[in-house]
Amino acid sequence: MGGASLSADDAAPAGDHVLARLTAFMQVLRDNAFAVGLKETEDAARVLGASAGARFHTLRQALKALCCTRHSDWRKFDDIFDAYWMGRGMRSATKGSSTLARTFEAPRQQRTASMSLKQLDQQQGGLGEPLQGGSGDAGSQPPSNATGRMEGASRVDSIAQTDFRKLADPDAVREAHAIAERLARRMRTRLGRRERARNKGRRIDLRATIRRNISHGGEPIALTWRQRKRKPLRLVLLLDASGSMSLYTSVFVRFMHGILDHFNDSEAFLFHTRLVHVSAAMRETDVGRALDRMSLLAQGVGGGTRIGESLATFNRWHAKSVIHSRTCVMIISDGYDTGEPDGLGAEMRQLSRHCKRIVWLNPMIGWEGYAPEARGMQAALPYIDLFAPAHTLQAIAALEPYLARL
Amino acid sequence: MVKPEAMPREEITTRLRTAGYIADADIAVALQLMDMLGRPLLLEGEAGVGKTEVAKALAAIHGTQLIRLQCYEGLDLSSALYEWNYQGQLLTIRAREGLDAAAVERDIFSERFLLERPLLAAIRRTDRPVLLIDEVDRADEEFEAFLLELLSDFQVSIPELGTIKAASIPRVILTSNNTRELSDALRRRCLYHYVDFPDVERETNILRARIPGISVTLAIQIARMVESVRKQGLRKTPGVAETLDWAAALVGLDVKNLHDDPQAVHDTLRCLLKTREDRSNLTREVAERLIGKVE
Repeated sequence: MGGASLSADDAAPAGDHVLARLTAFMQVLRDNAFAVGLKETEDAARVLGASAGARFHTLRQALKALCCTRHSDWRKFDDIFDAYWMGRGMRSATKGSSTLARTFEAPRQQRTASMSLKQLDQQQGGLGEPLQGGSGDAGSQPPSNATGRMEGASRVDSIAQTDFRKLADPDAVREAHAIAERLARRMRTRLGRRERARNKGRRIDLRATIRRNISHGGEPIALTWRQRKRKPLRLVLLLDASGSMSLYTSVFVRFMHGILDHFNDSEAFLFHTRLVHVSAAMRETDVGRALDRMSLLAQGVGGGTRIGESLATFNRWHAKSVIHSRTCVMIISDGYDTGEPDGLGAEMRQLSRHCKRIVWLNPMIGWEGYAPEARGMQAALPYIDLFAPAHTLQAIAALEPYLARL
Repeated sequence: MVKPEAMPREEITTRLRTAGYIADADIAVALQLMDMLGRPLLLEGEAGVGKTEVAKALAAIHGTQLIRLQCYEGLDLSSALYEWNYQGQLLTIRAREGLDAAAVERDIFSERFLLERPLLAAIRRTDRPVLLIDEVDRADEEFEAFLLELLSDFQVSIPELGTIKAASIPRVILTSNNTRELSDALRRRCLYHYVDFPDVERETNILRARIPGISVTLAIQIARMVESVRKQGLRKTPGVAETLDWAAALVGLDVKNLHDDPQAVHDTLRCLLKTREDRSNLTREVAERLIGKVE
């Protein structure tokens, strides 16, 4: 290690081709939904130039600290880094992703031994250079198999995906949005009035009081109080996108989109055998890109359902950040579960402890002769505040008065 | 802005160890980058993995003061940045009624009546303090936006006094427990490090550094036991703080080996299990099975 002086000014300038590769790496990160901008690239170049970049492992850690912004990034960074700089294919890298520890101690030689000649060549070009501050130009092209998105890694397997494109039918979209908007307005206004009536000042706001009493010569006659801030209702949607729900999925995805648009505060999840957070993808302003991201995220749609496990994932990883005391969770599912009903019951109990209300909309209730007999449904019923039918948008619209009262 | 010298990574690790913080291999890299790039460091991780400790240790190794701002919902600028001493001002106005108004005004808006809060204190110090903004996710979004501005310019304007520029750029550490999603802008501004539960080796070292008089055998046993307890899928996974409590309890009861005194082990497990549900899930049988697996 070079010692104490790590500032950029005295760092050896990294070669042009190294910078080119670095820029390309940043592009790969960007494709994988990392929030890296020009500033990050600039800093990464400094890191590469300074002695922190002199060791491969340190370089990885340094770039990791620099480019990651959240835990999900943190978990996938190592694989992307390996794929790019070590010339490994995304697919194989992804498979080994659970063994993060392996990357910490695994000696480089061992890896080198298992690499093909071609990969070695790439490694010479890509990773050997930064060590020497570089002058050659061999292998400066990023290996073609190492770029590409992580989500896209299994694109081949996803032929059976539901085609979300048909969701773009303009009339249906407009209708869904109209209903969502109406609902949002009803649920919001109701809350606003309730909150105001409850709000009493708790403390005197000295700054504002003095400001207000300037006309009395600073004599505090009219007091200004501080009030607690209002928390608007947050709606969290969990939509079952399994095979048994396939008839309704498209309807509700549109509704979901409307909710995200019109509620100031809402989050959306899809679940089938696993749970996917789709808010960011659905908020994409560009419709084409939104559909694209949705399709990538929604692999496995139309398969089986594991409601219990999906809820467990939700409780474990998402609940803390998306649920606060004024949250209404809306689950849209038929309750047919392939998992253990006990598990579902326990997860529902935990969920009900944290959020204000749980609404379960079940499209099957609309059917003649249906009783909520699915075992999972039975386990979940005690924790549900509103259990109602919804198989079409009209049905949801009819629920408006009930939802508004929550 | 003068770029400060960054300490080399190895030295950071050694010094952290001397300060009583057993670092994982990578946090030293992040701390080094922090100095090199002048960016704040955002630490995330489960409760009790020692995020706050990082800041304390960082202050210790640089021999500077730790200034801590604990965030909570409703935290506003008057308790985070500065406030005027209103009572004092009013009294002064009263006391000098009838005197030269301009002089009074100059006087009451001077340093003497300015109450420094953590953020202002941090940027006015000259010895590069460590500023710990704890649980930033609990603060409101507006506060986060203000923080973003402060962290990029390191200057504050007080209308009555003018702009105050940072005397030295503090080392800023933010921690988050993920109760709310932080804004992308703030995340991008910061370096990121996810603090994980320590592995057995690191936890053993932590125990040995923190609990005086603990034997190596017991430390290893405790670390292994805690690791297997963490895998039980409890509602509240015990963190390092809990491990330390438990170890202190065992040492206090003069337990030398977990196998010697299963009763004491079972009784003291309440140091690790903080909810009734966890307590009833980890029954005596389960606990004994886990102890049995520990070498």
